[in-house]
Amino acid sequence: MAEAATLEFREATKRYPGQEQPAVDRLSLTVPAGEICVLVGPSGCGKTTAMRMVNRMIDITSGDILLDDRSVTEREPAQLRREIGYAIQQIGLFPHLTVGDNIATVPRLLGWDKERISQRVDELLQLVSLDPSETRDRYPGQLSGGQRQRIGVARALAVDPPLMLMDEPFGAIDPINRERLQNEFLRLQKELRKTIVFVTHDIDEAIKMGDRIAILQEGGILAQYATPAELLMYPANKFVEDFVGADRALKRLALQRVRDIDLWKGATVRIGESVAETRMKVEDADIDYLLAVDDEGHPWGWLSERALAGERVTEDFRSKAEPLVELDDVLRDALSDLLESETRYGAVVDERGCVAGVLSLELIGHILQTPPEEVPHGADALVADE
Amino acid sequence: MNSWLQLGQLEIRERQGGTCEANNGFCPDWIADNLHRYVDPFLQHIFLTVVSVAIGFVIAFALALIAHRKRWLLPPLSASAQILYAIPSVALFLLLLPITGRGTVTGLVALVSYTLIFIFVNVTAGLEAVPKESVDAARGMGLTERQLLWRVEVPLALPEIFAGLRIATTTTVGLAALAFFAGAGGLGEEINADKGFQSNIAVAGALAIGLALVLDLLILIVQWLMTPWRRAAAA
Repeated sequence: MAEAATLEFREATKRYPGQEQPAVDRLSLTVPAGEICVLVGPSGCGKTTAMRMVNRMIDITSGDILLDDRSVTEREPAQLRREIGYAIQQIGLFPHLTVGDNIATVPRLLGWDKERISQRVDELLQLVSLDPSETRDRYPGQLSGGQRQRIGVARALAVDPPLMLMDEPFGAIDPINRERLQNEFLRLQKELRKTIVFVTHDIDEAIKMGDRIAILQEGGILAQYATPAELLMYPANKFVEDFVGADRALKRLALQRVRDIDLWKGATVRIGESVAETRMKVEDADIDYLLAVDDEGHPWGWLSERALAGERVTEDFRSKAEPLVELDDVLRDALSDLLESETRYGAVVDERGCVAGVLSLELIGHILQTPPEEVPHGADALVADE
Repeated sequence: MNSWLQLGQLEIRERQGGTCEANNGFCPDWIADNLHRYVDPFLQHIFLTVVSVAIGFVIAFALALIAHRKRWLLPPLSASAQILYAIPSVALFLLLLPITGRGTVTGLVALVSYTLIFIFVNVTAGLEAVPKESVDAARGMGLTERQLLWRVEVPLALPEIFAGLRIATTTTVGLAALAFFAGAGGLGEEINADKGFQSNIAVAGALAIGLALVLDLLILIVQWLMTPWRRAAAA
């Protein structure tokens, strides 16, 4: 349909008659084009109301909401909604329509021809990792929860809308599948770069999915609007601090992968190499410990001092090469591995299992000092598959 | 009393045959010979049933759609349909005589009024049972209220709507047997004309029961064809 849109809330307020407190109170924030903005907060904070004001499922009482500088209040609701992808918690697939017809809902409303619709349906099914010939003609009732969820996303993407609204789209799914769907969705977003308003009550999901997070508190008041790293480092007030939880530092580590940071250089050596050369390698490295590798470069074990007693390096290990950290590991998991193995250092290996560097507790401590603007977020934080 | 007896005798005289007929028994030979007499009443019975269910369906369906959008209309409309249904059928036929006179129209008016409650209640219940998230998703994707109704709500209410249609049809086949009170003919007239004769009762009764079963089956087939997603889910 179009390039991603910029979404701006300007003092947007929703007040229900007979209620003293507004449901959403003068909400002002801008979602830059192509970013995921997560609305998060406890129940009753107005996050869903705020999202539904965008496509006029709920009309604002005062203030304004601008989609690419144009007020949504000027638009005819049905027209406006067809341009905005919509995915909700229970998915809301139509049980009486096939998967293909479900996805084709908005294209049909917009009068696309048959050929184009059928092509688009297959394209979308592939996009969400489903086999078109197998799923197209089935009914939602014949599919698993995860498959239905994917189709919900495909349907919301049908006309390539510049903005998507998602209300707890992964809420009703078991933790393992939710994690997978989140990762899949981030990978998709990396490609599509839609502007997305994403509602959740789960701060971990917010931190994982959001380029920016808007934390709302009771009464529909915006407590803080920031990137995940900023939020975790500089919570604006006590409410935010409590809401993000006491393990803020660990949550920050979950935003980065091992490959995102400058690893320490370790000295690697093959058994039988000359000790003199090896000693020079150690001087050059960031740690004193020496890591023996096999012929392919796979870690073998940490050598003891006695291994360097002669002219050639001998097989005299101080410990096994454990834990092995992978480049795609999230820093939080890597830290956990180090702590579990009661060691300060861990060898990092690349996809082929060859040594890529060394991770240490000091290095992780240092990473926590990284200014928040250098920490990746949203789809960018996700580098590779789970 | 006397005239009743004479009428009865006249009838008996009309049927010719042996002792079986004379004893008002169940006589296969007589049935085979006299089946043609039931053709017209049977066709009239079908006409009364199908037309009154069709008209009743249109009226009740329209009212149910209105009540679905304007909730406050639901209680008064349900109550009206209930009251109509509560009027004893014979009384209603007789009540209508001064207004619409004797004949098919009176029969239809009464029969229609009895179908309303089943269809109305089932359509409203069916629309009510449509999953809220489907309705929300439909609105959120930009379906207008009319598109929402015809593309999402009505199709999803079809199982309940068909259930109402089946009850209404079966009930109407039975009630149409009383339509002769209004002079509307039907199988009831045949039954009444020779109440004492088992063969007559058996043929007319069997035709009515058969009609109810066949119509019910037809509706089931249409439902089966119109709700493919239910078959798929069950498979």
